[in-house]
Amino acid sequence: MNDRRTSHEPIIQVQRVTAAYQGSVVIDDISFEVYRGEVFVILGGSGSGKSTLMKHMIGLYQPVGGRILIHDEDIVTAERERRTTILKSIGIMYQMGALFGSLTLLENVRLPLEEYTDLPLDTMNLISRMKLKLVGLEAFLDYLPSEISGGMQKRAAIARAMALDPQILFLDEPSAGLDPITSAELDQLILALARNLAITFVVVTHELPSIYAIADRVIMLDKRVKKIVATGGPQELRDHSTDPWVRQFFNREVSVQ
Amino acid sequence: MTGRLDANTIGRLWREAQHILDQSKPIRVVIDASDVSYCDGAGVAFIVKLQQYQVHSGGDVTIHGLQEEFRRLLDIYGQISIDPPPGRRREPLSVVEQVGQATVGVWQDVQTLLTFVGELTVTLLRAVRHPRLVRWADAWLIAERAGVDALPIIALIGFLLGLILAFQSAIPMRRFGAEIFVANLIGVSMLREMGPLITAIILAGRSGSAFAAELGTMKIREEIDALTTMGLEPVRFLVVPRVLAAVTMTPFLAVFANLFGLIGGAVVMRSLGFPLVSYVNQILSAVTVRDLLGGLFKSLVYGIVVAGIGCLRGLQTTTGASAVGQSATSAVVSGIVLIAIVDGVFAVVFYALGL
Repeated sequence: MNDRRTSHEPIIQVQRVTAAYQGSVVIDDISFEVYRGEVFVILGGSGSGKSTLMKHMIGLYQPVGGRILIHDEDIVTAERERRTTILKSIGIMYQMGALFGSLTLLENVRLPLEEYTDLPLDTMNLISRMKLKLVGLEAFLDYLPSEISGGMQKRAAIARAMALDPQILFLDEPSAGLDPITSAELDQLILALARNLAITFVVVTHELPSIYAIADRVIMLDKRVKKIVATGGPQELRDHSTDPWVRQFFNREVSVQ
Repeated sequence: MTGRLDANTIGRLWREAQHILDQSKPIRVVIDASDVSYCDGAGVAFIVKLQQYQVHSGGDVTIHGLQEEFRRLLDIYGQISIDPPPGRRREPLSVVEQVGQATVGVWQDVQTLLTFVGELTVTLLRAVRHPRLVRWADAWLIAERAGVDALPIIALIGFLLGLILAFQSAIPMRRFGAEIFVANLIGVSMLREMGPLITAIILAGRSGSAFAAELGTMKIREEIDALTTMGLEPVRFLVVPRVLAAVTMTPFLAVFANLFGLIGGAVVMRSLGFPLVSYVNQILSAVTVRDLLGGLFKSLVYGIVVAGIGCLRGLQTTTGASAVGQSATSAVVSGIVLIAIVDGVFAVVFYALGL
């Protein structure tokens, strides 16, 4: 992973954020930074608030306390125009792909271009095809999402997230529900995009093989304390962490009460 | 070229470039890109378009000075043909093919409907013999939603229907001095026809669509498959409680529609100067218990039709976000069409039986 152009320039700053979901606090006063060009993984058990944290980072939810800066700007308090600019600089792949079922893959990828640019149709189509080719789906341009497999839907969702050439890509559980081969292919795609296009990735997952394959840095959330219990590279956490929960997680040990 | 090559700039840039290329038709184009400060996928699309435009015109393009990181992008994205790959053929069907397809569709739908009616009848008969097979808790809950919760809208529509019928008929009847017979018209038409019919149409709009949406969502979430693989028949588990709830509730709702229709008529008759007692006596002399029971029997059948078709459309839901919406729409449309057909059959049968 070290051949990538990662830097220590923070592109996202999470500062003392407390987040609540349906009235109860799930993340309590956490801070971290995501550096430009890295693959940053948010890790944790079920119900630890990983997806909630990601949804706060992309401005879908407002934190109860603290603030989140993307390109040094608070996504919650930013003015409408500035907020749109920030949103255009990030791409999001949701857990189930969230492709629009009534649109073909090409139309799905073209949609952000139609909304945010004044490019002629043939140029928008060319850009959309470039993105779909990058994820290996150029042969399926005119397919509806329901006509392709789950793994292909996720790849198409990445292509759509990349339509406007974002600097940051958020991926929510990219490997969930995929077979190991498709999951490994998706990992390779993420690595290739990070390596070649210098995109910063924020990935929410709890799939250990994926974490070892793609992560530069990992933060680990623990739902019992609602805080980050570990930060570092995946191998480092597996081999050297003193936290019993982290060791247990990385070594897939069953909890004995 | 100078500055940024991104989605915001390449539209204007392409128009300018195309204008120059069309005018001068150069064989060789050399681009000095050393002052390009930013280039992303959209910028690469511009360069690819320019290259392929020149190739089509018999020329070529050379790019000098593009920064290494942008050249890498060109290597990644640039290997693409400007013409899209051949897609799946989706030629529009001819009129004959469309008619044929629609005919086959209708025939298959009728077959499915008959199979479903058979399965539902067998399951209902089994439920009569073994009432413990019915999920009564679900049935009560559905009865509350489809019946009790529908009372306000049934009352409102029934009242307005009676009011409108009375007003519309009072005007021509006045010319013959027969305004009192407005009561006969309201009584007979509401009890025999309009009360049950409007109840069934409201049931189709409220509950038929809801049944289709509920079962359709369950189908998409594979809950129906889960029931089947657990050895539980979806018809007994999901359809029977809904049909029983609708069958139980529709006659009650029809009674309310009738009652409020008559009240609507009473308001008009009072405004025309007739005392309430005359209106009531006129209705009592015009309608019979047979009219009331005939109407209620019709509403009972409508209840089976609406609930049955709603559930069937739900179980037929395909995949995709729009499928549930299509099922709900189809449940309402099919429900109303079937109500009209059944009503026609009733009219003929009642006439033949002299009812």
